[in-house]
Amino acid sequence: MYYLDPHIHMISRVTDDYQRMAQCGCQAVSEPAFWAGFDRGSAEGFRDYFRHLVEVEPKRAAQFGIKHYSWLCINAKEAENVKLSREVIAIIPEYLDRPNVLGIGEIGLNKNTRNEATIFQEHVDLAMKTNELILIHTPHLEDKYKGTRMIIDMLKGDRRVTPERVLIDHVEEHTVRLALDNGFWCGMTLYPTTKCTPERAVDIVEMVGPERIMANSAGDWGCGFGSGRDCRAVVNPFAMELKRRYASGFVSFTLKHTL
Amino acid sequence: MDILMNNSVMTPLPAAKALDAYFLEARSKLLDLAGILDRIGRGDESSAAGKDPRLAKVRQGLEILQDRSGGRAERIQQLFSLSYEATWQRPAAR
Repeated sequence: MYYLDPHIHMISRVTDDYQRMAQCGCQAVSEPAFWAGFDRGSAEGFRDYFRHLVEVEPKRAAQFGIKHYSWLCINAKEAENVKLSREVIAIIPEYLDRPNVLGIGEIGLNKNTRNEATIFQEHVDLAMKTNELILIHTPHLEDKYKGTRMIIDMLKGDRRVTPERVLIDHVEEHTVRLALDNGFWCGMTLYPTTKCTPERAVDIVEMVGPERIMANSAGDWGCGFGSGRDCRAVVNPFAMELKRRYASGFVSFTLKHTL
Repeated sequence: MDILMNNSVMTPLPAAKALDAYFLEARSKLLDLAGILDRIGRGDESSAAGKDPRLAKVRQGLEILQDRSGGRAERIQQLFSLSYEATWQRPAAR
């Protein structure tokens, strides 16, 4: 089986993980800009990070035949610093014409603060001015529902935004319909402890249908065991759960890969 | 991963098959939860922990599990979610 992972932070993975993913059939990944595990001190730090995303990771991926694409932004966690955020947003256009840059992301909210909302809106403004796709991070745990509603309020209140050019990520049972019913794409992240287990992700697809919904492994800094940050989560437990239900001789299913 | 599936084949497993397939997992996860509650109960100052609002949420979650009207996962998600206020002050587009 071939697959692509639409949201994975390869910067936090060792090169062996590219090899493991390639062995499992991974053809391409897309990597949103995110938090580095610490708050960066200057916009120049982001310039280096963007160079890493658009130059270094594609080379690492290419060693194993994997195509690497990226999304650029200052993430919601660091967006609390409005001054720094505006400096970072100002340098993003320098990278948008790179062939492997897909758009602006992962922007969104973290603790649903006013500053985060301000910087989210300014990223949307940039995406609209430059005609870029948008990839959105929704908050964690108890903040997710409220934050998702706030994000959708901002997007639906902006006549420039075309929902089918926006993906709302990290949806779960209580937010998936908010995204789909408003015309957006959505993604489910396979982190068993804090987001979706593979079984619940398949339940969600079963309940809402397979249109405009993706699964991703995200694969950030956390360890794999328990928290489930497995770079092959999409193809291992998620695809296996699909197979368990729909290819057991009971109900057939078809998997197509799109690249 | 882009998985495109034909809507018609996303039919849920028949209930008896689903029970066969997931019974042991349900049993195991109930035991995990029982173990966690027992662990909290064995610890020092367990009566104070018993008043923690997080534990109250867990107990409310158990009540949702008992309810057979469906949508349990979504209702438990809502139980653990902060409320949304439609009147929040939105930033203006530039």
